[in-house]
Amino acid sequence: MTALETVIGLEVHVELGTKTKIFCSCAVEFGAPPNSHVCPVCLGSPGALPVLNEQALALGIRAALALNCSVPAQSKFDRKNYFYPDSPKAYQISQYDEPIGQHGFIEIAVGGEKKRIGITRVHLEEDAGKLNHSPYGDVSFVDLNRVGIPLIEIVSEPDIRSAEEARLYLEEIRSIMQYCLVSECRMEEGSLRCDANISLRPVGQREFGTKTEIKNMNSFRNVQRGLEYEQERQTGILARGENIAQQTLRWDEATGTTLVMRSKEDAHDYRYFPDPDLPRIVLSAAYIDARRDEIPELPAQMRERFEREYGLPAYDAGVLTASRGLAEYFDQTAQRVRDPKSASNWIMGELLAYLKAAMLEIDEIHVTPFALADLIRLIEDGTISAKIAKTLLKDMLDSGKDAKTLIAEQGLIQISDEGELRAIALRVLAANPKTVDDYRAGKEKALGSLVGQMMKETRGKANPQIVNRVILELIAGGE
Amino acid sequence: MDFFSSLQELHAGLLKREATASELADLSLQRIASLDDRVHAFLHVSADCVAAAKETETVIGQERILDGIPYALKDNMCTRGIETTCASHILKGYIPPYSATVAERLNDAGAVLMGKLNMDEFAMGSSTENSGFFPTRNPWNLERVPGGSSGGAAAAVAAGMVPFALGSDTGGSIRQPAAFCGVVGLKPSYGLVSRFGLVAFASSLDQIGPLTHTVEDAAIVLQAIAGKDERDSTSANIQAPDYRAALTGDVRGLRIGIASEYFGPSVEIGVRNAVTKAIALLEQLGATVSPISLPHTEYALSAYYLIAPAEASSNLARYDGVRYGVRAVDAGNLLDMYEKTRSTGFGSEVKRRILIGTYALSSGYYDDYYKRAQQVRTLIRQDFLDAFESVDVIVSPTAPTTAFRLGEKVHDPLTMYLSDICTIPVNLAGLPAISVPCGVIDGLPVGLQMIGRMFDEQTLLRVAHAYEQAAGMAPLRPALAMGVKA
Repeated sequence: MTALETVIGLEVHVELGTKTKIFCSCAVEFGAPPNSHVCPVCLGSPGALPVLNEQALALGIRAALALNCSVPAQSKFDRKNYFYPDSPKAYQISQYDEPIGQHGFIEIAVGGEKKRIGITRVHLEEDAGKLNHSPYGDVSFVDLNRVGIPLIEIVSEPDIRSAEEARLYLEEIRSIMQYCLVSECRMEEGSLRCDANISLRPVGQREFGTKTEIKNMNSFRNVQRGLEYEQERQTGILARGENIAQQTLRWDEATGTTLVMRSKEDAHDYRYFPDPDLPRIVLSAAYIDARRDEIPELPAQMRERFEREYGLPAYDAGVLTASRGLAEYFDQTAQRVRDPKSASNWIMGELLAYLKAAMLEIDEIHVTPFALADLIRLIEDGTISAKIAKTLLKDMLDSGKDAKTLIAEQGLIQISDEGELRAIALRVLAANPKTVDDYRAGKEKALGSLVGQMMKETRGKANPQIVNRVILELIAGGE
Repeated sequence: MDFFSSLQELHAGLLKREATASELADLSLQRIASLDDRVHAFLHVSADCVAAAKETETVIGQERILDGIPYALKDNMCTRGIETTCASHILKGYIPPYSATVAERLNDAGAVLMGKLNMDEFAMGSSTENSGFFPTRNPWNLERVPGGSSGGAAAAVAAGMVPFALGSDTGGSIRQPAAFCGVVGLKPSYGLVSRFGLVAFASSLDQIGPLTHTVEDAAIVLQAIAGKDERDSTSANIQAPDYRAALTGDVRGLRIGIASEYFGPSVEIGVRNAVTKAIALLEQLGATVSPISLPHTEYALSAYYLIAPAEASSNLARYDGVRYGVRAVDAGNLLDMYEKTRSTGFGSEVKRRILIGTYALSSGYYDDYYKRAQQVRTLIRQDFLDAFESVDVIVSPTAPTTAFRLGEKVHDPLTMYLSDICTIPVNLAGLPAISVPCGVIDGLPVGLQMIGRMFDEQTLLRVAHAYEQAAGMAPLRPALAMGVKA
């Protein structure tokens, strides 16, 4: 059988981080009591009219520009008509043939190689409500808090070739949106959602195979799992010489399979037409430029700069740019220390472990990049040992005090005075003749024990490099 | 003093304490009580209108002409706490949580809401026979229709139940009933009056306007309701000028255009004569009259009957029984609930238009119908722009006939649609237009339509007012209203 190539395109919905809904002034709040953030406009009360939230437009344009889209001077809103209780007007205000952004792309790193994924379009729309079906199957409860929350839909070109690439693409989209302060992109809260189209074709064939659409993949892991499953399933069907049915599928996390939602014959005719309640969107060049100026340095650029400017390994640059907060934290720390790699080590090691354990975000901790840089500089100039620095950082995180204050309070300045250390070392060697003999007999480990004793004597304040040297010199001299 | 007095006279009466606001509200209630069992203009009479009137009595001031003046609203304008049905069973019992901007503005101006007026269901019709509840009758002849869809509004003003009312006009729904009932009906430029709280029929065509006895009254009411509303994105960002100041009575040098397309064979001879006489009078007053051409007029009706139903099919989709209004009780599942609710809740004309509109927007038909209709709309708008290069106002009959008999056209929708042939192009172009009475034939009033430039209500009102003063016809008082004790 000929080798098959997987072709994937993603439709990603991102909730825009506005305070209020896209066409009314109801608050946007996740987890509020059902139907507590509704008004005549988002309820679709007879006679109520939409008014565009300018912040939603601004964030949408910013997002489109960050995804390298061209933003036309004019676009418009259309109505997408369908009957369902999640849609109180029985139409969704969306954009059909004149979206706010087109012809964009982002880059992902696949196996160390850069790959460009095209973005067909970015359009603005309102979210629908949420239905909660009674477990008894007799009724459904409608919560319209989510109706009218502003969304952008980002439609990719069919440039994605594996489930892993799909996950990488999605992670990059999330990262860009977070960096631009467009959205927090919390998949678990639904502020980032992803549907996928997937098909297979023989390698070398130009035409696409019959595709299926997968919905309900509500985590990064599930996106990859769902696509891997579907790829396997389609491969099996084609291997048996059968045809793929064009269907919309639902990923079922519990069983790890895709289930049929509807087939092609049930496809809606949405009867799109321009929404007569909303004037065309007309943007000046100055307005678009202002949105472009709001875009910060993006994760890809930052990764590159960290490698170039600070000499970080690609792995470190990747970890440190996972969020804009973390990247900026590192950037500010690294600028203030002699060895940026040490800043990377401290942040990726101690700090991230602390954040994970305490379930905190980088901007929620007491230790500023300046304070961390101070701490690292104290190690670099030999004032404290790395070991003490570890303890100190923990104290800093807990107390909010800076390193110098804590050192003064606890008398933790490192002992680097060779004379003083030599005196202590003589005592330690005298008290442990057997260990000294062991070392002389070739047991390397015995040295560690002697250093340990030194540290114990000095409550960890002894400069470890000097201690090592002094002990070796004394042992050698005693022969 | 009765409700054939001008608003200025009523206001003067209140200022001089010849009557109080609550007495005016009482008078309105009496007129409704004595006439409306025959006319059927009202769907709902407000229970607390007299109390509301009493509240205005302390604040009546020189500049606040509408303080304490009773009025009524077509039942497609939302009123907080007062049932709003659009004369449809599907909205029976619906009590809006908010008021339309126009209702708020009139309330702020001190006007007193007497109740809600009958109409063709969801404003779809030209005779008010499509009301889901009952037809309204023409105060000039109870066997005749009042026109539509603002038939209740026109009939209530014509019969002197209220001195003014607000209607809505999507294809002629203020002007045609105004013509049939012998009152003044003004459709403002699209965007001049907020649509917030107007239950949508066809959003790109709907516009609210006043029905009154005189042009000056129309100017007064327009002043109160016009102007930018932040809650309606299609409302124009313009400061309403002083409309009454425009009523100079002087039309010398004004250029009037007559389009042959509006005097086709469907225009009855009596109507044609009345309108011709009116034009002659305007000429005597110093206006110049010249022929113009609006060549795409013949396509207006077709374009309208695609665009309006297309928008309506979407606007009316929300009446699904889920959140408000009537829900079918015996539904087995969701789809069944939708079907039963909408099948029983909507009347046949509304269903017809939803079907036409759904079809026009369907995949594969959109380009041939909806899109083509929008192209025609652009041509019609261009016709008017071209015409207004050489004239200031265009004059025509408002409707080709006088009021027809109840039942005469109700089973023949295409003939019914023709009643709006002179008014529909104006909505497609978004222009302001007014209907003023220009004669009475066989006991039935005839309406004269004047069409103005976009947002040039001042010129339009000036011509209409000058004609009205010279013709000496306003206010027209039907026989029905004469024998009534006030």
